[in-house]
Amino acid sequence: MMARKLPAKDVVIIGLGWTGSILAYELASAGLDVIAIERGPWRDTATDFPPSYSPDELRYAIRLDLFLRPEQDTLTIRNNLSQTALPIRHFVSFLPGNGVGGAGVHWNGQTWRFLPTDFRLRSHLEQRYGKAALPEDMTIQDWPVSYDELEPYYDRFEKLCGTSGKAGNLRGEKQPGGNPFEGWRSSEYPTPPLKQTLGPTLFAEAARKLGHSPFPQPASNLSEAYTNPLGLRIGQCTYCGFCERFGCGNYSKSSPQVCVLPALMRLPNFSAQTECEVTRINLDSAGKRATGVTYVDTSGEEWEQPANIVLVCAYALFNVRMLLLSGIGKPYDGQSGQGVVGRNYAYQTTSSVGVILKDKILNPFIATGAHGMMIDDYNGDNFDHSGLGFVGGGYMGAGQTNARPIQTRPVPRGTPKWGTQWKKATAETYQRGFSLSTHGSSYSYRDCYLDLDPTYKDRFGRPLMRMTFDFHENELKMSAYLTDRLAEIARAMDPVEITANPRKGPYNVNIYQTTHNTGGTVMGADPATSVVNRFCQSWDVHNVFVPGGASVFPQNHGYNPTNTVGALAYWTADAIRQRYLKNPGPLA
Amino acid sequence: MTATSISRRALLASAASIVVTSVSANARIITGAMPWSPSAANPPRPWRPGPWQFFTADEAATVEAAVDRLIPPDEHGVGGKDAGCAVFIDRQLAGPYGRAEGLYMRPPFMAGAATQGNQSPDAPAALYRAGLRSLADHVKANFGGASFAALSPQDQDAVLSGLEKGSIELKNINSADFFNLLLQNAQEGYFADPIYGGNRDMAGWKLVGFPGTRYDYRDWVERHNEPYPLPPVAITGRADWTVR
Repeated sequence: MMARKLPAKDVVIIGLGWTGSILAYELASAGLDVIAIERGPWRDTATDFPPSYSPDELRYAIRLDLFLRPEQDTLTIRNNLSQTALPIRHFVSFLPGNGVGGAGVHWNGQTWRFLPTDFRLRSHLEQRYGKAALPEDMTIQDWPVSYDELEPYYDRFEKLCGTSGKAGNLRGEKQPGGNPFEGWRSSEYPTPPLKQTLGPTLFAEAARKLGHSPFPQPASNLSEAYTNPLGLRIGQCTYCGFCERFGCGNYSKSSPQVCVLPALMRLPNFSAQTECEVTRINLDSAGKRATGVTYVDTSGEEWEQPANIVLVCAYALFNVRMLLLSGIGKPYDGQSGQGVVGRNYAYQTTSSVGVILKDKILNPFIATGAHGMMIDDYNGDNFDHSGLGFVGGGYMGAGQTNARPIQTRPVPRGTPKWGTQWKKATAETYQRGFSLSTHGSSYSYRDCYLDLDPTYKDRFGRPLMRMTFDFHENELKMSAYLTDRLAEIARAMDPVEITANPRKGPYNVNIYQTTHNTGGTVMGADPATSVVNRFCQSWDVHNVFVPGGASVFPQNHGYNPTNTVGALAYWTADAIRQRYLKNPGPLA
Repeated sequence: MTATSISRRALLASAASIVVTSVSANARIITGAMPWSPSAANPPRPWRPGPWQFFTADEAATVEAAVDRLIPPDEHGVGGKDAGCAVFIDRQLAGPYGRAEGLYMRPPFMAGAATQGNQSPDAPAALYRAGLRSLADHVKANFGGASFAALSPQDQDAVLSGLEKGSIELKNINSADFFNLLLQNAQEGYFADPIYGGNRDMAGWKLVGFPGTRYDYRDWVERHNEPYPLPPVAITGRADWTVR
């Protein structure tokens, strides 16, 4: 049956999470007629995650009630090209969001900027260490945008969120108490740092003793009430310990629900359509211009939504799939290394050090997604990599996100998994045990990519996306080095016991790591190695933009992605408003 | 555990200031304001007391005995049985979890590398049914026709340990996988909110000192090394708040 055609809009947005809501607000404010089509349900604080039942570990953290259901969409996974990819039937390693707000509902609020050198990664490393220092199959590349260009947009996203933190570099001047390694900031954080519990405080003391520079992690769980530039009020965080995997019942974790939607929904020229899944972006007969999108509603009926501009604002992985299914850009072929869509998929190389202290009362349940004390001494190229045999790095430290007891019950090494001894150790260690972590980079490689699976299909019969990914020696060495440094600090905390867990290969989809999937629609200066140009505009179809989803990252750096995602959303919105609308066509 | 969309429909219909245009029964456009109205909610579904919903009487006896060895009663608090872990597992298996609702269950099912995750075509309810039947057969054959529940605690521990290590092989199911599923669900029952039938009297939370759903610790963040003074609270409150 033919899809029924709806009246045309100026802009159609696929997905109403952080990037979709920011772009919608910016473009609808400029007078454009905007519709966002979201495949999940509408969600708001009062209805879907009020304090009365939001703190429910089983429902949200274990049964994953707010996340994408694999029956709706998932992907297949293999570690290398010789394996047969099999479907992820139940998400564990990473947890894609679903519904209005997207991953902005369930994130932890860690709001980091990338380092200035991260944006010119390949040139910087080749200049400092020589071309031979990089593995031949490593496909890292410079970003097509500099830190200096992006700084005002980081600033805008942080002000949208009201991020709590302490600047370490204000317009080039080092600031005591902040991160001495960060890029320059045009202004102080919108709100002061969160208060620290005992665990992070002890970590910071130990790190300082060893000559490191600890600082409070930048957090979008707010230290005090704040009104953002859209006039929306964000509440003070109560340290409830139900952030990641949960919606915030206090309006104090920044999210599209709290920071954008109440203002956006008042704009009469914006509308949201929920529980409708876009199945493809439609192109004109020459394949050079998008004519709109086709979507399917919950009854299975197909609709065509014509539009002049199509914004691909789904979760990073599904941005890649949308372009592959729509035939936009040349698909990447892992055998030949040719093509671009799906190329340079990367992840995050995390590790931890478990610490058990003597006679301490940590009250570990007093927590937020992003409070904590960190050091950045071993991130990016903040330290000399000469002779280390790897490049890259990450931040590390003590961030107590929760101590919800189904998942968080530290016990000494060698404790049985059940029975009398297990129970005794569980009771005795809960207040004294916690975990330090490293958050390492994941550089891109020729054999780590996304394409369409030859076997498995979704409910509409479309191929699932296939992920081919494993950790490479560079990342495993980096993780071992960082974890050793973290263990040194842990030893300085006078522990009873520490357990270092550096990241080990192969990549295991059954172990939770992070929901930081990057790349696949990489931004770049050269169409031979990128899918979108420096304004996140498709090289092939000029009225299609991928405005800042982490799919545009050329590789992943040693930080959480959301701040960069938000900054790029504003960057793209400005490019569309100030350049594209005046002269629709390729911007680069 | 997923609430119906009745509240959502009611909410959309009742919000007069919002323009809700239906282009068909299922394609809904929201514009003009946040689609919110009082009393709309998506609350959890509490467990209901009553007979077993999934387990047979024999299966229930086995699971109650097993959870009481996995989490034994002792001076630190009640065991898995009295905390309601078997009831919790029963209600979970009778619901969406037991049916693997929401998971990707399309064929082909192929065994893969361990790194590729669970590829079983069986939902948890089917795994329990097969695992408990095989376990009953094993115990009957090796302990003179007895049931698991009738064994001494030492023998029960030996059987559980054999499953955990894989030294006891079960028909039709990997014994270690079955053990891990049972252990995972027993611990979920011991530490989940009591609204799902386990963690009775918040025994699991009292064991470790978790205050539950208090949701506001602002006055205690910087009181380092001081025990948090308030007892736990669950989604439905505390037993001593209820008139008996």
